[in-house]
Amino acid sequence: MKPTNEAAITFLSRSANEGFARTTAACFAAQLDPTLEEINDIKTAVSEAVTNCIVHAYPDRLGKVSMRLRLFSDQLLEIQIKDWGVGIADVEQARAPLFTTGGEERSGMGFTIMESFMDGVKVRSTPGKGTTVTLRRRISIRLGGSV
Amino acid sequence: MAVTCTGENRVMTAAISGEVDHHRAKEIMDELDRQIGAGLPRVLTVDLGGVTFMDSSGIAVLLRAHRHLAALDGRIRVVNIPPQAAKLLKAAGIDRLMSFV
Repeated sequence: MKPTNEAAITFLSRSANEGFARTTAACFAAQLDPTLEEINDIKTAVSEAVTNCIVHAYPDRLGKVSMRLRLFSDQLLEIQIKDWGVGIADVEQARAPLFTTGGEERSGMGFTIMESFMDGVKVRSTPGKGTTVTLRRRISIRLGGSV
Repeated sequence: MAVTCTGENRVMTAAISGEVDHHRAKEIMDELDRQIGAGLPRVLTVDLGGVTFMDSSGIAVLLRAHRHLAALDGRIRVVNIPPQAAKLLKAAGIDRLMSFV
């Protein structure tokens, strides 16, 4: 399926870029005329995925994170967040609620939140090579003047 | 200031403001730890009225405060929760652990 629009950014795994990434994704999604709740859902899921890169993919160094945003017909938004970090040995375990290797400062709810707020979440990871998280969300079509 | 604490006689209110993500969570946790350690509250009201965005880092902040209060035989209540944060906390099931007003 060919996207109708596409954009991509690459940034360093600095925590200051969490806000930059989620705001960028929200700005790109704005062309689909989403509700405020849909925008907040997208920002929340992107924040979780990017935080995972910063905390887990590059635990002791700075690395690159890329975010590719694509729009398809039928109001489908796809956000792919990729790192070249340590990778995840057991993706199923990482996706389980409350599982974290991040200590008391992390809740272990990142993937659960992404799954709750998106229509689809795909995780591909190779230990030592990196991880790609693909988030999909279909934005509702609003009639003129409705909220 | 990420957290503003007020109160006396072991009843404390902590008002959190701005974006609560991984970038700011450590600062908020450290300030809450410091204030709880100094005031030893039995009741901690966490006011989220000024929060403009929250992700699961905010859940870790609340769980840490919840554990801290439990160790003091105290309890935590969370008030003025904006819709985005409310949806997040509900999705994570945190509403089963502490009182939301």
